[in-house]
Amino acid sequence: MLTEKPPQHAAAPGTVVPERATLEVRGLAAGYGGPLVLRSVSLQILERQVTAIIGPSGCGKSTLIRCLNRMHEVLPGATLEGEILLDGRDVMGLDPVLLRRQVGMVFQRPNPFPSMSIFDNVAAGLVLNGVRDRALVAEKVEGSLRAAALWDEVKDKLKAPGVGLSGGQQQRLCIARALAVEPRALLLDEPCSALDPIATGRIEELLLEIKKTLTLCIVTHNMQQAARVSERTAFMLMGELVEVGPTDTIFTKPSDKKTEDYITGRFG
Amino acid sequence: MAVTAVLTWQLAVNSALTWKQFGWSFLWSSTWDPVREVYGALPFIYGTAVSSGLALLLAVPIGVGCAIFLVELAPKRVAEICAFIIELLAAVPSVILGLMGIFVLVPVVRAVEPGLTAGLGWLPLFQGEPYGVGMLTAGLILSLMVLPYITVISREVLLAVPRSLKEAMLALGATRWETVMKVSLPYARPGIAGAVFLALGRALGETMAVTMVIGNTPQIKASLLAPGYSMASVIANELAEASSDEHLHSLIAIGLVLLGISLVVNAAARAMIGLLERRA
Repeated sequence: MLTEKPPQHAAAPGTVVPERATLEVRGLAAGYGGPLVLRSVSLQILERQVTAIIGPSGCGKSTLIRCLNRMHEVLPGATLEGEILLDGRDVMGLDPVLLRRQVGMVFQRPNPFPSMSIFDNVAAGLVLNGVRDRALVAEKVEGSLRAAALWDEVKDKLKAPGVGLSGGQQQRLCIARALAVEPRALLLDEPCSALDPIATGRIEELLLEIKKTLTLCIVTHNMQQAARVSERTAFMLMGELVEVGPTDTIFTKPSDKKTEDYITGRFG
Repeated sequence: MAVTAVLTWQLAVNSALTWKQFGWSFLWSSTWDPVREVYGALPFIYGTAVSSGLALLLAVPIGVGCAIFLVELAPKRVAEICAFIIELLAAVPSVILGLMGIFVLVPVVRAVEPGLTAGLGWLPLFQGEPYGVGMLTAGLILSLMVLPYITVISREVLLAVPRSLKEAMLALGATRWETVMKVSLPYARPGIAGAVFLALGRALGETMAVTMVIGNTPQIKASLLAPGYSMASVIANELAEASSDEHLHSLIAIGLVLLGISLVVNAAARAMIGLLERRA
């Protein structure tokens, strides 16, 4: 890849791997020119874990994860203050183009490129990276589609347009597309909100599979989803991070009254 | 539809003499001599095709480039002001542009042409005397006339590219330029093609500005510097003084050919834009 890989932890069986943060946010404030959408948010997203961000609509969840790979700044009027670290390095000092190859993103609505086939959709990021070797591209496309649990469904129609797939398949295609460039972390912005429960279930299974090799951060409306897929959960309200901790704790013994009210359905 | 049909019928009836006398060879015979009553439309078809083609060759890259700049790079306020000014350009009467052509463009072209001949004279395109008036000047003025169409329509279709697609490409680690090339332009391609065909339709039928700068000489020369003639120009220039029926019928026959070409081009433009709408 383009930047040096962080040291890999050789996790011998039985030893406890020290938890390290792939991404870390310190004192983040962000907005779109008007009132701030995020205020003093600090959060660690730990390596090879799923961190879920929950909270009511408009609480700033999406803005938060868009800050992590600097997709926030492509929107007009975007402002950002505070520190965001990828493996300890300030992302504001990185080229956003290189950062986004390290920290991929899957969006709320499936958005395969309409002018491209299934194969070309997955290969798009590789082509951007300058991979010209066709055999290597084909190999990585297959690997990514397998990782996204889509290979068996599409292996006979790789030349068909990506937009011809069902919604759930399109979203898995988008995940495969993001995986193809071998990112360090993958950000998912309510990836299942446009999908039916069966398609949602398949995506969740797939997340549990891919977190073995990379760090995941998922924004979700759906608290059951957070409980099912994540190790850690962060609860946000009105632009602030109220509480973050192990998912079990957040859902059973939250320390903040506001978290308890939200997860017991008293508001939101 | 009915109007077009009546028009076509009228043009056909009133050009019957020409078709009877010359048949299809009217279209590819290159002699136009009202004194000897010999008529061939080829110099005019050639002049219209070359001046319009040249106009598109210049205006399409510039127009699409402007549209990309306005949509992707320019700050919103600047983009809106620029778009407004470009739309105003479309409202300039063609005779005014023609005047500008005579007073500004022709002297400039006349000054530049010797340089072109010196540098690129080995190409047949740039040989001959630097008259100032000619195909090159006509092409330049036409490109100026169609530029607003191309820019405005391309801007509209580029604005219609869904944000989610552009973000998907950016999130993969694409630069803004790569996003334009790989997402925006492919998505907008049918719309831009429609804009090009509309511009072509406009360029083919343009009469006044072209008449003022093309040189009005019915000849076919490979050189862009040489004067030429266009279909619309010859009708405008000679209709009032056509003394014989044959002359009149031949001019109307040219009109019929021009109408046919324009209809085909416009139908193609419609088809392209329809294609975009169905996909959107």
